[in-house]
Amino acid sequence: MKTTVNHRSLGGIMRPYRVANVLRENETTHTLLFDGRLPEAQPGQFVMAWLPEIGEKPFSIHANIPLALTICDVGPVSNAMVNLQVHDRLWLRGPLGNGFELKGSKHLLVGGGYGAAPLSFLAEEALRQEGEVVACLGAKTKADLILVDRLTSLGCELRVATEDGSEGSQGLVTEVAQEAIDAFQPDCLYACGPTGMLLALADFCQQRGLPAQLSFEALMRCGVGLCGSCELPEELCQRLGLPGGWLVCHDGPVAMIG
Amino acid sequence: MEASLAADFLGIQMKNPLVVASGILGTSASVMERCAREGAGAVTSKSAGPEPRTGHANPVTLAWNGGVINAIGLTNPGCREEVPLLRETHRRLRALGLPLFASLFAPSVEAFGEVARVIAEAEPDLIEVNISCPNVGSEFGTPFSATAKSAAEVTAVVRKAVKLPISIKLAPNVPEIGRIAQAVVSEGADAVTAINTVPAMLIDAYAGKPVLKNATGGLSGAAIKPVALKAVWEIAQMVSVPIIGTGGISCGLDAAEMIMAGATLVGVGSAVALEGPAVFSRINRELEAFMTQEGYPDLASMRGKALPQK
Repeated sequence: MKTTVNHRSLGGIMRPYRVANVLRENETTHTLLFDGRLPEAQPGQFVMAWLPEIGEKPFSIHANIPLALTICDVGPVSNAMVNLQVHDRLWLRGPLGNGFELKGSKHLLVGGGYGAAPLSFLAEEALRQEGEVVACLGAKTKADLILVDRLTSLGCELRVATEDGSEGSQGLVTEVAQEAIDAFQPDCLYACGPTGMLLALADFCQQRGLPAQLSFEALMRCGVGLCGSCELPEELCQRLGLPGGWLVCHDGPVAMIG
Repeated sequence: MEASLAADFLGIQMKNPLVVASGILGTSASVMERCAREGAGAVTSKSAGPEPRTGHANPVTLAWNGGVINAIGLTNPGCREEVPLLRETHRRLRALGLPLFASLFAPSVEAFGEVARVIAEAEPDLIEVNISCPNVGSEFGTPFSATAKSAAEVTAVVRKAVKLPISIKLAPNVPEIGRIAQAVVSEGADAVTAINTVPAMLIDAYAGKPVLKNATGGLSGAAIKPVALKAVWEIAQMVSVPIIGTGGISCGLDAAEMIMAGATLVGVGSAVALEGPAVFSRINRELEAFMTQEGYPDLASMRGKALPQK
C-alpha cells in the first residue's frame, strides 16, 4: 500500500461561494454549481461545506470549472443545502484529502448510489488526458441513479445496474463491474460508494491483480487529521492491506490498493 | 558525535522527548499505535470524563497557516469504556517501548478523583489532568485552571485518589501561570503540562456569524508558540518538577526552544494536521541535527538554557 500526498492543504478558513445553478439529479439529490472554483482541486478530493448556524458536512467534488457539489438529502444539514436556490451562499473549506491518481489509459469507474458523485470529475480528467473510460453505476432503483446523463454526455461507455431491475441489468453494480473488468481489461479501477461495495470490489481486484482506488465515506469532524473521528476500522485496514489508524480525511478518502 | 534524543521523564525512559498531545488522535489503540510507529516518544490519550460525550456539532475545527482553532467539546466514550481502550493501547505501546499518558477531565473537583480512580485501573504511565479545556465553559463553568486555589483543589483530590504519577495541564490565559504551577506542585503534582489551547473565536464577515458551532474554541498551532514558550519559561522558574511543554511546536527548532525554556518533554498537536503522524519523525530528525550541529550531546545539556542565570 502506498500513501500519496498530493496537493495537500489545510483547506484554509471558510470561503463563501454563491449558487449559480441547480441541477436536479433525482428526488433527493441535487448538483449545485457555484460562481467560482477551488484552488488546485483534484478528482476524489473533498470539501467541508458550511451553512452558518446549521452545520458543516463533507462532500466530494463533482466538478471544479465551475465548482459543483452533488448533495443528497440525508439529514437536517444536507436538507438545508439541497434546498439552496440560485444566488444563495454556501461556505467551503478545501480541497482536502488525497484524490484519485489516473493510472494507465483504460479506466473503469464504479459508483454506488449517491457515492458516484466524484466520478464525473474523474471521468472528465481521464478523457481530457485521452484515456478510455467505462463507468458502472448502480442504485436501488432507476429513481436513485445519479450522473447517468452527465457521464454519457462526457463520452463514457456506461453500464448500469439497479437492484429492482428498473434500469439496466437487475442486480448489484459489483456484478456489472466484474463483467466490465473481463470485457474492458482496464489498467485501474476507481470506485466510490458504500463500504460493502468497496470491499467486494477490493476482493475481486486483488484476485485479478488489478490496482484499485477506493474512495471511502466516513463521519468527518475536523477534516484535517486531528480528531480521529474518521478512522477506518482496524479490521477493514487489515483486510485491505492498509496500515492501522488509517484516517479517511488525511490518508484518503481514496485508498490505493494493489 | 550524534546527539542523543533519549529523555528521562519521572524515571520513564523515552526514545525521544516528543509527546502526542492530548486531543490529537488519541481516540483508539490503532491510531495511537500509528503515532508511536511514526516516531512519537510518548502518546497521550484523548481526555476521558465520567460519562460518554458526543462533543459539539460541526464545524468543530478550522485549520489555516497560522494555526488551528477547535471546539471538539471533549468527545469521549466515558472513563469506564476508556479503560479497556487504554489497556489495549498500553499493551501495543509497551511492545514498541513507549509510555502511555492518559488524559482525563471532570465537571467537579470530587468527580476528578472518581474519574482518576477509574482511569488508574488501566495503569497508564502518567495521568494527565485536564483542568483547562476552553470548550466546555458553558457546561462546566470557569476552568479549574483559572486560579491557583481551584487548580490545587483538583490536584489534591487526584493525588489522594491515585498512586500513579500525575501531571496537571494548565491554561495560558491567567495572569501568573507560575504561581498556579507552584500551587499544583505543592499539592503533589509530579509534573506540569503547559499549555492548553488559547480561548479564541473566528467570525465570518460574509455570514456575520461565529464559524465554530460552539461559537468559541481553542487556538493552537504556530500562532500560540510564543505564548507557550513564555508560560513554560515562567513555570520552570517557579517549580522543579518536569514540564511537558506544548503549544505550536512544528519543527526541530521549535522543540529545541521549548526545551531551552525549561521543558523536559515537548507536546506536538496541531502540526499533525498538515503532515499526519509522520511529523514526529521529522521533528526528531531536525532536533537531532540541530543538537549535533550546535554541540548539545543530550537534552539535559540544552534544557533551561534560555532561563535567567541564577
